[in-house]
Amino acid sequence: MALPLDNYLGIHPQALKLSARRSEVLAANLANADTPNFKAQDVDFKAAMAASGTSSATLPMVATQAGHIPLNQPGDALTAQLKYRVPNASSLDGNTVDAQMEQANFAQNAVRYQASLTFINAKFRSLMTAITGQ
Amino acid sequence: MPSFNIFDIAGSGMSAQTVRLNTTASNLANADSVSGTSTAAYKARHPVFKAVQSALNQPKSGNSVKVLGIAQSQDKSPARYEPGNPLANSEGYVYASNVNVVEEMADMISASRSYQNNVEVMNTSKDLMLATLKLGQ
Repeated sequence: MALPLDNYLGIHPQALKLSARRSEVLAANLANADTPNFKAQDVDFKAAMAASGTSSATLPMVATQAGHIPLNQPGDALTAQLKYRVPNASSLDGNTVDAQMEQANFAQNAVRYQASLTFINAKFRSLMTAITGQ
Repeated sequence: MPSFNIFDIAGSGMSAQTVRLNTTASNLANADSVSGTSTAAYKARHPVFKAVQSALNQPKSGNSVKVLGIAQSQDKSPARYEPGNPLANSEGYVYASNVNVVEEMADMISASRSYQNNVEVMNTSKDLMLATLKLGQ
């Protein structure tokens, strides 16, 4: 799927998708801040970006028969990068959520998301300028 | 933001914290209730939370919170000698509730903070979603 538009937007759509996914994981951590034995998770951003394949160094597998188990979608590559957090201080109920840290991460993730949005928006705007010539 | 899952997750967190606030209110309201027998005395109630997979077809999606049930405290109900109390047993004792008011207050603040966290998560996600809708305009 090497549409010219995909190449034009660069890495930002992938980053946007990953940020959305990460915000979901962090929201789950915050929602479970008081759940016994809940283990906080996070997305390994770097590994997920590498796996989401903006580079075509590896040949992708293809499902040729209807009965084939669906291959990893680009979105699935992101979910595979979930890792458990190493807690700073362990609690007696087995919960590893540090609410303050999750809050900070969530804020950071929201800014990243907005940054990706801004980049894509700017790309579209310059494209529109090129099209309309104004 | 492609998925609305995050609203379910934060919503489940808010509803769980509401249950927790409800039990706290019940405990604080009944902190001074007395009874004639130790079994009939008011026992402090606390919810039991559990993390559950929020979407059936996505095993790796985020976990929402489920309230498994309300557990009653196993602490002993303190007996007080109050022969004038109409509820007192034949030996003149009444059994008070086993609610620890200090613990309940701390629990209440914790529940309120957790609730606020979930509200913030929801607000931020909503803002990001609206920003995404305006993409390219």
